[in-house]
Amino acid sequence: MIFHPPILALIGASGLSAVVLGGAGLFAGRLLAGWDPTNGSERQIGLEKTTHLVSTVVAFVLTLEAASLVLFAFNADRMAPLFVGAMCAVGTLNASVWGFPTLWAKIAVFFAAFVWLAVDRVDLRARDWALIRPKYAGLLILAPLVLAEAGFELAYFLDLKADTITSCCGKLFGEDKPALGGDLAALDPRVALWALGAALVAAIGLGFGARRRRWAAVALGPVALAAFGVAIAAVISAIAPYVYEQPHHHCPFCILKREYGHVGFALYLPLFVATGAGLAAAIVAALPGTTTSRATIRTAIGGLAKTSAIGFTLFGAIAAALVWRSGLALIG
Amino acid sequence: MRAAFERRRHLVDFAVGSLARHPTKNLGLVVTYALVVFLVGSVMLYGSAIRREAAAMLSSGPEITAQAMVMGRHDMSTSADVAALKGLRGVRRIEPRLWGYLWDSAGAANYTLMVPPPSDAAHAVGKGEAIVGEGVARARKLKPGAMLFLVSPSGKFLKTRVKSILSSDSALVSSDLVLVEEADFRAFFELPADVWTDVAITVTNPREVTTVAEKAALKLPRHRFVTRADMSRTAEALFSWREGLTLALLAGALVAFAILAFDKASGLSAEERREIGILKAIGWETGDVIALKLVEGGLVSGVAFLVGVIGAWAHVRFFAAGLFAPVLEGWSTLYPRFPLAPSIDALEIATLAALTVAPFTAAILVPVWRTATADPDAVMR
Repeated sequence: MIFHPPILALIGASGLSAVVLGGAGLFAGRLLAGWDPTNGSERQIGLEKTTHLVSTVVAFVLTLEAASLVLFAFNADRMAPLFVGAMCAVGTLNASVWGFPTLWAKIAVFFAAFVWLAVDRVDLRARDWALIRPKYAGLLILAPLVLAEAGFELAYFLDLKADTITSCCGKLFGEDKPALGGDLAALDPRVALWALGAALVAAIGLGFGARRRRWAAVALGPVALAAFGVAIAAVISAIAPYVYEQPHHHCPFCILKREYGHVGFALYLPLFVATGAGLAAAIVAALPGTTTSRATIRTAIGGLAKTSAIGFTLFGAIAAALVWRSGLALIG
Repeated sequence: MRAAFERRRHLVDFAVGSLARHPTKNLGLVVTYALVVFLVGSVMLYGSAIRREAAAMLSSGPEITAQAMVMGRHDMSTSADVAALKGLRGVRRIEPRLWGYLWDSAGAANYTLMVPPPSDAAHAVGKGEAIVGEGVARARKLKPGAMLFLVSPSGKFLKTRVKSILSSDSALVSSDLVLVEEADFRAFFELPADVWTDVAITVTNPREVTTVAEKAALKLPRHRFVTRADMSRTAEALFSWREGLTLALLAGALVAFAILAFDKASGLSAEERREIGILKAIGWETGDVIALKLVEGGLVSGVAFLVGVIGAWAHVRFFAAGLFAPVLEGWSTLYPRFPLAPSIDALEIATLAALTVAPFTAAILVPVWRTATADPDAVMR
């Protein structure tokens, strides 16, 4: 199945990312070992010049990685007719043991890349290399993650066979299924929506308050991550059935399909951006800056936290609109 | 926020001016880039259009086709087999079909001779009549009312009058078709009265197709049951594979283009070097120069991508993708002539961008960085 155009594009993108991040990782090791901004040696000047290249190429491949997450999900949905038993992306991902690990790896890379790019931007604005060491230490975490993701993706696509019989969302997100998907599907929609409301209020409140209070920015990270988890649980338990207007259809992937107006993309995009920005605000706030860079860092934290708050607000508004418009009444 | 927007607007203005100052170099790059997008885009748009056409064609076929098998090869079904299937729950209609292939030495092509099913009143033919596909009409220069003479492999002669020619809307499946009456067909191929080529089974509830096929297989273990979903999957997989393979073959062109882009971005003229030197001397930072060059690259990509996609769309829509059609659709003497309506969706655009814009951008990053980090005095001297 490797000769499928989106698969070729995805493999090309992840291959390019792996090569670039591999090289960037090696440079990160060199920089962490020999970085000394007080030294005017040729080696130090070379390192300073190369940081511009690394920032640019890593920003490029991480943007590519973010786009490839959307392309991967879209393609998984589009390939469903090729597998017996597949009705949506879940069936395509279930067609190989590497399907869901690839998706999780891509999501992890998306958030890690978001945080790294935010730190990089702040560091470039700060002008005194305030965050250079933590930034390149972060690259040493990001590089293996991207390499692993490229490996998972290649294994997944090589393992895909056209005659595979797979199981789809009805099996994974059935209320009577003993796995996590079944537990989330069986969650009381009233509880799920209340929990979502509470999580969104907490995340939005911290997001708007983070500019003035550093602790709020640091707290925004775990709260945004928790809100992301609660939001996914709410989508499975309540929001998806409202979209399908079927109480027992809980799939969080079918809402990406054309017949539901691709509404899933409108729902997930602000959620992912909000979570990424929240995590980035927390990490930037937690990093030790320099005296001269304090104002730049504070402005950046404020911008990221505000983006996170707006993203969660948007997600909440879209989710509420979907529930409001639905002809289904899950809660009496 | 406003300041950042203004900064970007000025950067774009400056980049447009910079590109306009070197028209020959940039025009050459845009034309080559657009050509690459056009080639890759044509393959993708044609592939998706033909897949959609195949899916639309199969959607009107029977849900299940039963074929008798002997020693792994197709055999004729009998009336007893058809009778055995009658009474299956969930089945709306069972239609035994008669069809076969005929090599026509006069037209140097293979025809598909078929008896129209009784449910298809629109294509009913009487004794001595025939309805022909547009490919057959083209090969034999036939018009309604003309005579069509066919000779069977055993030398039997069939004389028919053309009743009508099938619409070109269904050409993908009917181009090589000749519809004749049952008695004419049996006499021509010397078939006994109780045998059939295969059996078409129409199922009431599409969700029960698999169950009905399993139950039918228990009744007729000597038959294989091919569902419409199986055929759709095969068509989708086959055309996707051909499309992907063609794209893989174009990888060499993509690499060559990336090398060209790298070379163009690396080979700065003396004037361009001086320009960058001046910018750095008046206070532009390395990051600003990188941003400027990336905006220039983005503008080149945007224009070339747009031109390439429009060209690819026109190539498929108005010229039936003449450059790639034989590779993607296969070959036949009576290959149907049918208009394809390419449709561009987000997945196609994203894939096309990943296959063309991403390599271009990757190729110019290092030259851009080299340019941006050069010392002003060194580049101006």
